[in-house]
Amino acid sequence: MDYLLTEEQKMVRELSRKIAEEKIKPVAAKYDQTEEYPWDMIKVIADAGLFGLFIPEEYGGMTVSVLNLCIATEELSRACGGIAVCYAASALGTFPILLFGNEEQKKKYLPDLASGKKIAAFGITEPEAGSDASAIKTTAKKEGDYYILNGLKHFITNGGDAQIYVVIVMTDKTRGPRGASAFIVEKGTPGFSFGKKEEKLGIRASSTRELIFTDCKIPKENLLSKEGMGFIVTMKTFDMSRPGVASQAVGIAQGAMEAAVKYAKERHQFGKSISSFQGIQWMLADMATQVEAARALVYACAREIDAGVKDVGKDSAMAKMFASDVAMKVATDAVQILGGYGYMQDYPAEKYMRDAKITQIYEGTNQIQRNIIALQLIKEMAK
Amino acid sequence: MNIIICIKQVPETTEVKINPETNTLIREGVKSIINPFDMYAIEEAVRLKEKFGGKAIVITMGPPQAEAALREALSLGIDEAILITDRAFAGSDTWATSYTLARVIRKIGAFDLILCGKQASDGDTAQVGPGISAHLDIPQVTYVKKIEELRDNSLRVERMMEEGYEVIEIPLPCLLTVVKEINEPRLPSLKAMLRAKSAKITVWTQKELNLDPQSIGLCGSPTQVIKIFTPPPRIGGQILTGDNQEIVGKLVELLKSEVG
Amino acid sequence: MSIKILIEKCTGCALCIKACPFDAIRMMETPRLTGSAGAPPSAAKKAVIDLDKCNLCGACVPVCKLKAVVLEEGERPAPNSSLKDYKGIWVFIEQKKGKIQSVAYELLGKAQELAKKLDCQVSGVLIGNNLDEQLDELIWQGADNIYLAQAQELANFQDEPYTNILLKLIQKYKPEILLCPATAIGRSLVSRVAVKIKAGLTADCTGLDIDTEKKILLQTRPAFGGNIMATIISPNYRPQMATVRHKVMQPMEPDKKRKGKIIRESFDGSLYASRTKLLDIVEEIETLVNLAEADIIVSGGRGMAGPENFKILEELAHVLGAAVGASRAAVDSGWIPYSHQVGQTGRTVAPKIYIACGISGQIQHLVGMQSSKIIVAINKDPDAPIFKVATYGIVGDLFPIIPALTKKFKEVNSHK
Repeated sequence: MDYLLTEEQKMVRELSRKIAEEKIKPVAAKYDQTEEYPWDMIKVIADAGLFGLFIPEEYGGMTVSVLNLCIATEELSRACGGIAVCYAASALGTFPILLFGNEEQKKKYLPDLASGKKIAAFGITEPEAGSDASAIKTTAKKEGDYYILNGLKHFITNGGDAQIYVVIVMTDKTRGPRGASAFIVEKGTPGFSFGKKEEKLGIRASSTRELIFTDCKIPKENLLSKEGMGFIVTMKTFDMSRPGVASQAVGIAQGAMEAAVKYAKERHQFGKSISSFQGIQWMLADMATQVEAARALVYACAREIDAGVKDVGKDSAMAKMFASDVAMKVATDAVQILGGYGYMQDYPAEKYMRDAKITQIYEGTNQIQRNIIALQLIKEMAK
Repeated sequence: MNIIICIKQVPETTEVKINPETNTLIREGVKSIINPFDMYAIEEAVRLKEKFGGKAIVITMGPPQAEAALREALSLGIDEAILITDRAFAGSDTWATSYTLARVIRKIGAFDLILCGKQASDGDTAQVGPGISAHLDIPQVTYVKKIEELRDNSLRVERMMEEGYEVIEIPLPCLLTVVKEINEPRLPSLKAMLRAKSAKITVWTQKELNLDPQSIGLCGSPTQVIKIFTPPPRIGGQILTGDNQEIVGKLVELLKSEVG
Repeated sequence: MSIKILIEKCTGCALCIKACPFDAIRMMETPRLTGSAGAPPSAAKKAVIDLDKCNLCGACVPVCKLKAVVLEEGERPAPNSSLKDYKGIWVFIEQKKGKIQSVAYELLGKAQELAKKLDCQVSGVLIGNNLDEQLDELIWQGADNIYLAQAQELANFQDEPYTNILLKLIQKYKPEILLCPATAIGRSLVSRVAVKIKAGLTADCTGLDIDTEKKILLQTRPAFGGNIMATIISPNYRPQMATVRHKVMQPMEPDKKRKGKIIRESFDGSLYASRTKLLDIVEEIETLVNLAEADIIVSGGRGMAGPENFKILEELAHVLGAAVGASRAAVDSGWIPYSHQVGQTGRTVAPKIYIACGISGQIQHLVGMQSSKIIVAINKDPDAPIFKVATYGIVGDLFPIIPALTKKFKEVNSHK
């Protein structure tokens, strides 16, 4: 489908696709196997300037365009969802600074993030606080010109490899959700360490670790916005980053579908190509339509955000939920179409299926997304 | 270091096939690309610039559509581009082409280094690079696979030969043609792509260059193409059939006498 | 020169469009030029050439069955010196580290063949040092004369001194044709010479012949990656220069009864000056049989699936006394070094037997080996283009077949 992209957006797609085909595709299986952090791919993506897609020019980026970020993430995910998420998760960690940082903070952190010299990560999830984000226990106690952080975050993407972290912690337990605050913490700060690297089902090229704070002392200048703004920062950040996760899902779905079509054409059974069987054709038709619908929803939402439309929460929740469900379905169907070969690691289908699953879970499970959509819908219709 | 890179836009021959019925080229959606060897020249120029400072200018002689090739070179980090185009230059063989490019280089002015790809994938002659250095009367080294160092206004380079390589010292200004062993071309960056899209490209025609009409285009070309034909297809062979043992036996029988 | 399509003859079959490598021809509606009175002008689609894109390569001309494409010759300038003064065929004898390269003998062989049609002599031009002992062989293999320039400074090739010497010799002795090997040295040298004296130079000729009527050299070479062949002439300039690749021409049988003249030339020392300095010559010895010289080559492509599998090719090569080659796909994947690459961007080979294993046969590879006497192709894909050029094709899995071949050849060898 022609999405009537501008010249600039077409360029982003062309360049991202080139990186995906020429650089990422050849190494995707290797990183999936070894679970090493793909630093060389990060360098390629950085040199191409893709980290500048979510940082303004004055800080070394290009323009802030969620649609450009989505296009890039989708194209990279088509080659490998794991490598793509290292890029997308850095965007996630950058948005809080972009949206709520003051001038000093932006000047200090954004240029290195734009050049890809440093990677970012966002940390809110804790062992006891997943969907129930308000149950976070990590604390930050003010002491003079510093805050002392204590506690544990887990399942943090880019954890341990990123240099810049934005974490959401409780500064005032008595105020409930209004007692959370957002802080920037740099790797190497004494008292800030990392737990073991998780071994995952999918997106194995990315790193997932615990963030451990033991009397970690950070300067008060590292507070983003004001005390108590923690969940607002989180909400607004996720509103902007959800299309990114959604586009990762679209990329995985697209890749899976293409693998299925290619295989169906080559595979001959009962004297002909299985792509001539109506059953397969119908599956492929459904897959292609679902991918397109997901993409259209993601792009529409991204365009809204770029145009400055307020209150995009429901739309971005819809995009994330729909695209990730599509990715899981399409990837599973792709494995089915490849039959026995779909189950083998030598063939691309099973990796898409493993990579797709997480998109239904992180950055707000699809159940939470449904909550968001329903509540917003009811609120709107109640007028 | 001021560098001039000569590139050529060529049709992408990787997808070219011959239609067995008509014996003609099948070109679905003809794509034009920068001659593959020139990509290495461009990358080397950018690397030298990063190392020693200076400016890099890319030039190409071709029809108006060759501008796309120049913009691609700009998106890879080259500073300026000049398109040399005129119907008067059409039909140039390598003599006339190298003459024209040499005059253009004279017009650009002082330079330290001219870089060219080893050969173009359509003509495959590898003659234009040395032709330019002959017209300009500057020293040359062809098939350079490594530029080792710059010292006392001379470059030390490695030249690829059939069974190894030579180490040669060459004073600036000079011309080098490069092979693909020399580097790994980078991908363009978004910023450079956008900049390249809106960059102003200088266009020089016969009007600006005022070249000797006897030395350009068809008139200036000592060689003439008198016939173009599709090569006779190889006489079709036979497919050996049977199970593996039978096939192997048959093949060894057929080849026995030749193997000797 | 100009090109046009005669619209009256064009039937709109679009064969020319398919042949054009530059996408310079389009089908456009052209109103009928003549219509019967009263009839409405109706449009028919005809081929139209976009002169901005057209490169005047002429690929469309022979394709048109109705001869509707006309390529017109324009005025050519008169040559600047009397062509009749130029006589004789010269071959540049390449030597490396004092050893004459075998390609020189191939060119001498061809030169003798051409010389018979022109009724002239064949001369070798040899530049170097301490080469006297190899002169007889040159004469036995076709040189009627040898122009010899020897000096310490000329021992190894450098562009400028060799260019200077060759220019001086050409200006003094005026050969009508100069053949040169298409090697790193040869191509570099004659490109410079051709520009300095303004002569026509055709690279990588696969065919040379004489137009006995016009008494000029006909040079045939591949273009567009070997998809088409072009015949080229340089009628108005002398010498007519051409480079030829290794193993394309045949040397003649050495005739020890042949006699030849040695003409020793010496030059002013200033001509030996070189702005470049040759500091070192580093040889990288091939561990296996040299690809360019091999009579049999066993070659692996993408179908080999990995570097470790080249071992079975090496085993077969060992039994056959063959060299191991590779397609670009295998080299780019890092399975085997570039020195083994056969194809457009690798080596051109013309062995007696070329065994292509797991190679699909893209045009870029074919260009490098299609002159092989016998081509054997082993590939799983029955539609692989390699089967179109293979003398013997095997559609099957190379992994059991190659070792079986090795075993069988071993048996055959042991019975000899």
